[in-house]
Parts: sequence; C-alpha cells; structure tokens
Amino acid sequence: MALEQDVEVLEKNNIIVSTLDKLWNWGRAHSFWPLTYGCNCCPIEMMAAGASRFDMARYGYEVFRASPRQADLLIVAGPITLKMKPVVERIWAQMPEPKWVVAMGNCATSGGPFKDGYAVLPGCDSLFDVDVFVPGCPPRPEALFHGLLELKKKVEGKS
Amino acid sequence: MESLFLDIAQTLTGWLQSLGLSAVWADFILLIIQFACVAGIVTINVIILIWLERKVSGFIQLRLGPNRLGPWGAFQTIADAIKLLTKEDIIPTRTDKWIFRTAPLFFITVAMMLYLVIPMGDGMQIVDLNIGVFYFISLASLSTIALLMAGWSSNNKWSLLGAMRSVAQMISYEIPLTFSLLGVIMIAGSLRLSDIVAAQSNIWFIVFQPVAFITYFIAATAELNRGPFDMPEAEQELTAGAYTEYTGMRWALFFLAEYTNLVAVSAMASTMFLGGWQGPWLPSWLWIIIKTYIIMFVFMWIKWTFPRIRMDHLMSFSWKVLLPVSLANIVVTGVGIYVFKWMGWC
Repeated sequence: MALEQDVEVLEKNNIIVSTLDKLWNWGRAHSFWPLTYGCNCCPIEMMAAGASRFDMARYGYEVFRASPRQADLLIVAGPITLKMKPVVERIWAQMPEPKWVVAMGNCATSGGPFKDGYAVLPGCDSLFDVDVFVPGCPPRPEALFHGLLELKKKVEGKS
Repeated sequence: MESLFLDIAQTLTGWLQSLGLSAVWADFILLIIQFACVAGIVTINVIILIWLERKVSGFIQLRLGPNRLGPWGAFQTIADAIKLLTKEDIIPTRTDKWIFRTAPLFFITVAMMLYLVIPMGDGMQIVDLNIGVFYFISLASLSTIALLMAGWSSNNKWSLLGAMRSVAQMISYEIPLTFSLLGVIMIAGSLRLSDIVAAQSNIWFIVFQPVAFITYFIAATAELNRGPFDMPEAEQELTAGAYTEYTGMRWALFFLAEYTNLVAVSAMASTMFLGGWQGPWLPSWLWIIIKTYIIMFVFMWIKWTFPRIRMDHLMSFSWKVLLPVSLANIVVTGVGIYVFKWMGWC
C-alpha cells in the first residue's frame, strides 16, 4: 500500500511512474507475428484476414513468418492428426518466449466433426495452454480479429 | 539552412579546441561524433522505412496498412522493435556459436561503413576518398560473407541453401553493377564521389547513361536481396533462408542491415546518376534525402508489383542479358567520349 501512495504523490507532482513490464507488454500486444500453420479451410479465412477486404495489417499483425524462430503467435487453424502432433509440438518448442496460441475453428478447439476419429486429436488444448479459442467452422475473418484483440487485451493485462 | 550541419561541426571543433585539445584530437573526436550521427540516422531511417514499406505495400494491395497505433500507424515499428528486443534469444546447440553470433554484427558493421564516402550535402562527407566508388563497391560485396557466415553456422539445410543462393546471386550481380558505374566514372574521369557530383552541376548523368542507370537499378535490387530477386529468403521454399535460425534482436540486426544497405545503395544511385546533393532552392542535404527517398519508393514499388522469379532465370538474366548490356554500354560510352572530344564539344 505504501508503494501505491508513493505513486499517487508522484503523480500529483506530474511524474508518471510506469513499469518496464507495461512497456514491453504494450510492444508485444501490438505486434503478434503469426506462424504460417494450418490445414485447409480455416487458413483460407486466415489469408482473407490478411487480404484487402479485411486487412489484418491495420492492427500490425500481418507479418506472417515462415520460420518459428521469428514468430510469436501460433494460430492452430485446423485439426491436429496424430501424425501431425509431434510436428506441432516441435514447432511450438522452437518458438522463442514469450509466445501465444490461438485455436482457430472447431477442429482446433474440440476436434470438430472429426472428434471421434481414430487419428485426430480432440482439440489442441491437450498439447499446450491455449490463450484464445475462436469457434466457427470456419470462423470468419472478423471472428479471428475478435480473437486476436481479446489476446491483445490479455497480453496488456486488461482482461 | 544550407550550412546548418557544417556550422554545427565548426562550432563543435572550435569548442573542443578551446578546451585545450590539439587540432588532430578535435578532428578525431568530431569523426567519432560523425560516425555516431550516421548510426543514429540509419536507425531512424530504418524505423521510418519499415513503416513506409508496410504502408506502401498496403496501398499497392488495396489495403490500409498499419493504422491503429498513432497517426497512420506511425508507432507500429516502435512496438515491433520493443517486442523484438524482449524476445528470447535462442542459439541452437548444434550451431557454430561464434560465427552465429558475429554474423549479424559483421553485416550491420559493413552496412554502416558504406556511409563513410557518400556525400550527404555540400561538403558533408565524412571521408572524401579518392577511390570512393571503388571503396563502396568492394564493401558492398562484403555483405555476402555475412550471409554465408549466417547460413553456414546455423547448421540447417534451409540456411545453408539460402546462403549459397545469395552468394551466387550477389557475385553474379556484382559484375553488371560495377560495369554500369564504370560508364559514369569514364565521363566524370574520377573515382572521387565529390568530383562526380561536381561534374553533374550542369546536367545529370542519367541523361548520358540511361542504360547504365537501369542496369544499376536491376543489379542493385538483386544485390540487396529484395523482391523480385529475394531468392535467398524465398519463404515458400526456404522458410527464411540464411536467417531461419535467428531469433529476436539478432534477426532484427539482419533486417536493420538490409534496410541500411537499401538506403546506401539508393543514396549511391542518386549521387552517381541524379546529381547528388545538387538542386535549386532547397538546401543540399534536403535534396539528397528527397532523391534517395524517391529511389527507395521505386524499389518498394517494384518489390510489391512483381512476383519472385526462378533461381535459374535469375542467374541467366544476369549473365546473358545484364552483363552484355553493361559491357556494350561501356563501349558506347567510350566511343561517345571520343566523338565528343573530336567534335570539340567538351
């Protein structure tokens, strides 16, 4: 409590106190660079989100990186088959911290129509802690934007 | 306004000498300050350029580009820089650690050293070398080694393939680049960049050397690894080429160096072909900034308009088209100079 009172006193004297964490989170929240990963129909919506009608670039999230070393955000867009599972885990391990996951579409959220299949993982939340679920089959680009903006709020610590 | 920076430099030297330093030491300290200024200008330029690149690409593709952070998305690059600075720094275990670490440093150092000879205004040159053009060309080709270092040390097949591609491409395009500059050097009769600018006081060399300008422009695009010649980074084939294993700030240093090279090559183009800092009304340092930015805009325009071309087409284009054209240009220039002298026009 003493610390907060100090901050208040400083604010009255026109000195704004912030933490480095706030600045860092501001930077991180405004530049998610997604990894290009997907299966078939959710990625089409993801590509549409980057194209001219919807334009993901407005938020600064359009820098899709092909190498996991430079990506911050894994958009799991599609079902994860058991054969693909080790690959996804490896890609996730290769991404540098801090990193986030967005599960896009019903397949990534819960397995969708392939939930009872013998070769499909029912949802990617068994592999890593998913930050935002974007339901839909496939979700529209607006839904993806909503998911990304929710993630932005989460990273900035406002949710 | 014309001699603003020169006045600042003079005042600074006077102040340093008034502190009791000898003229040599004052000059030495001024040199360090000048180099620090170059580093600052380069960094600010890169922040503006990345924002500009994203905006230009947006407008060309009928999008808006970044517009949420600040006016017209001006703070977008700053957010990106903060994020890249705070990312985890991964050095994979099987890499060659020292080469992996030094490659980005080497790249950015070489890129910054290019600015030593470029005249950034009337009398605003850090060092006026008598072999300025030669210095520029030889240093520009050194950046190949940095890419090869990055690709080799990463111990990754994509990296190595990307590095090999960029070496092949840069060595091939180095030759037409040099030959296209030779035409200008023949007319100006000097390798000193200040002499070349002075020789353009009446008419720009782009008028005498239009073919050389086009060859230089194409070769420079390949030299910078920019689209449509960005084979070393071809994402669909090589993930990120030589930079595949680099994370956070190390990768950002490569990016910084690429944009630094872009500014240097554009400044060189405006010095060699567009009259350098010469121009009416406005101060000289503003003129070179305007000319450089126009050329960089054309670079971006080309990048976002043309699709990437195939590797073998790229190589055959250099050896079978650009090289003969630039060689023919040298011959025609030589004959032209002889005819001009014979007619008594110059």
